[in-house]
Amino acid sequence: MASVTFDAVTKRYGDVVAVDSLDLEIVDGEFMVLLGPSGCGKTTALRMIAGLEDISDGTLRIGDRVVNDVDPARRDISMVFQSYALYPHMTVQRNIESPLLARHYHLDGPDQPARKLTSAERAERVAEAARVLDLEPYLKRKPAALSGGQRQRVALARAFVGRPQAFLMDEPLSNLDAKLRAQTRIELVDLHRRVGTTVVYVTHDQVEAMTMATRVAVMSMGKLQQVGTPQDVYAKPINTFVAQFIGTPPMNCVDAAIAADGTAVDLGAAGRLPLPAGLQARPAAGAPVVLGVRPEHLTLDPAGSLTAVVRAVEWLGHECLIAADLDDRLVTLRQAGMAILEPGAEVKVAVDAADVHLFDAETTERLT
Amino acid sequence: MSDGTRRRLGRYDAKEVGLATLFLAPSLAVFVVFFYIPFFRLLQWGTYKSVRGGESYKQVGLDQYREVLGGDEFRQGLIHSVQYVLLTVPAGLVLGTLLAVAAHRRLKGIKVYQAIFSSTLASSVAVSSVIFFFLFNPAIGTFQVNWRSDPDMALFAAALPFIWQNLGLAFVIVLAGLQAVPDEVLEAATLDGYGPWRRLTRITLPLISPVLMFLLVILVIVAFQAFPQIEIITNGGPAGASETLVFKIFRQSQDYGKGAVLSVGLFFATMVITFLQFVILDRRVHYGDE
Repeated sequence: MASVTFDAVTKRYGDVVAVDSLDLEIVDGEFMVLLGPSGCGKTTALRMIAGLEDISDGTLRIGDRVVNDVDPARRDISMVFQSYALYPHMTVQRNIESPLLARHYHLDGPDQPARKLTSAERAERVAEAARVLDLEPYLKRKPAALSGGQRQRVALARAFVGRPQAFLMDEPLSNLDAKLRAQTRIELVDLHRRVGTTVVYVTHDQVEAMTMATRVAVMSMGKLQQVGTPQDVYAKPINTFVAQFIGTPPMNCVDAAIAADGTAVDLGAAGRLPLPAGLQARPAAGAPVVLGVRPEHLTLDPAGSLTAVVRAVEWLGHECLIAADLDDRLVTLRQAGMAILEPGAEVKVAVDAADVHLFDAETTERLT
Repeated sequence: MSDGTRRRLGRYDAKEVGLATLFLAPSLAVFVVFFYIPFFRLLQWGTYKSVRGGESYKQVGLDQYREVLGGDEFRQGLIHSVQYVLLTVPAGLVLGTLLAVAAHRRLKGIKVYQAIFSSTLASSVAVSSVIFFFLFNPAIGTFQVNWRSDPDMALFAAALPFIWQNLGLAFVIVLAGLQAVPDEVLEAATLDGYGPWRRLTRITLPLISPVLMFLLVILVIVAFQAFPQIEIITNGGPAGASETLVFKIFRQSQDYGKGAVLSVGLFFATMVITFLQFVILDRRVHYGDE
């Protein structure tokens, strides 16, 4: 097991900067999720760890070793690809065995020279991986004869069998159907708990990030936005990008202004909200800000300080989503059960001051 | 055909059958007019024997088939054809694959090389043969060798323009195959510790084996039927040392009956060899859906 450290790592393709001076330490044994929309640089970052992309600038370490120029096969990592990248002409058994055939391993202690595994050792490792991932009945089959979920487990077994210092996973669940994806999420977390190996996991799906990660690194346009536990990132997003990327439906972020007396957020005809506690600096009266409130924190309450006009109600069974206007600012409210409301109806909405997020209107950075 | 398919076919109504026939009719007409009728006429021609150098023909039934296909001329032509295949096909397959592997990378300007390598495909057989004819001319050639009049080298000399010309074909087909191999699979192999040679032999070649199989079958058939290269470079000589089966057929311009029998012989020889390739090699070919 090992840590993975990015120290001002940059990747350029010609004039395009795919990863911009990334500083990130992935701690030994943690499940780190790199999260962001497509094109944000997360996959490039992962491929740099794997050695499949050269590093333009900066230093990348696995454990204490600088690996910028180390051959991919000698980095002691393994990778699960989005397409699984199984060898279609080989049986499941050969697929799993594959990394053991060509690579050298430090089997006799770190001071002894690395060597290849004997066939008995290989057989033992393959059997173990097949048992852990429930693949024993399929060892003689070829990948084409397996279901998507089984193929995915073969890819995991191939990554697992070499007992690498870190697993790299590039959107491994994106080809599975929703039900299987939910099930595999739990299995992956369970596998990580059992083997304890560092995992670097790339996804654009914030549900995967929230459910599996020890910590999440949110990226956008090649830049790291925020690193933290899923709870931290959800509760204290550092800017409006992170605020709106995490959570479904996303956080409501609407234009507002600091009231003339400087003690509240002014939403025009919709009303006022008290300023949240812990503001780093009190914004000037009348300053434009972005108000952020999560849909579940906007509650229908006859004593609420805001007035909203209902546009539509979507019933999802266990809850409903109410689209409403706060003086022409469209927001979403999430309510348990079913709200019987007609479009056009005026309702009172309450927000706890602790649930109010304020962002700078210009820089989009968090003010609280 | 499975039982299920048969039952389904029975369920088509008259309108659907009529429509299907209508769609099939044009290609069927082309096949009948340009292939089946000429082929049956050819079989028929083989039963007529030329009298006095083609002045008249008499019906001899299967006697001429027995005589010609069992004779030295057919055997010799077949041996030369097989030699020609062995001289051209392996070289074309290996060189075409190596060129395609070399040109299958993301480099600036690689398209120019790809266009150059595939350009032999677009050149005329006659022109390329004449170029080689002069290249090896003992008096004025770049390589002044006398292969044309050496019975051991004549077929080899006629094989060179074929190899050169079909390099473009092999290159294009193998390159298309290589482009269909997913990058991620090769990257997975890199991470698994496979070096470039091992990646080529253990991953790439098995994955493009259907393409290589197709190329092999095509090249063998084309080599079996090669004619202009031989005609221009050696004209069958010296003393018939490079007369392949096709060349022997060409020689029968005075005897249509014998020519027809040799043609039928060539057809079946090609068919048997192609069939054998499938039987022997198909087991080693990996098709994606297995």
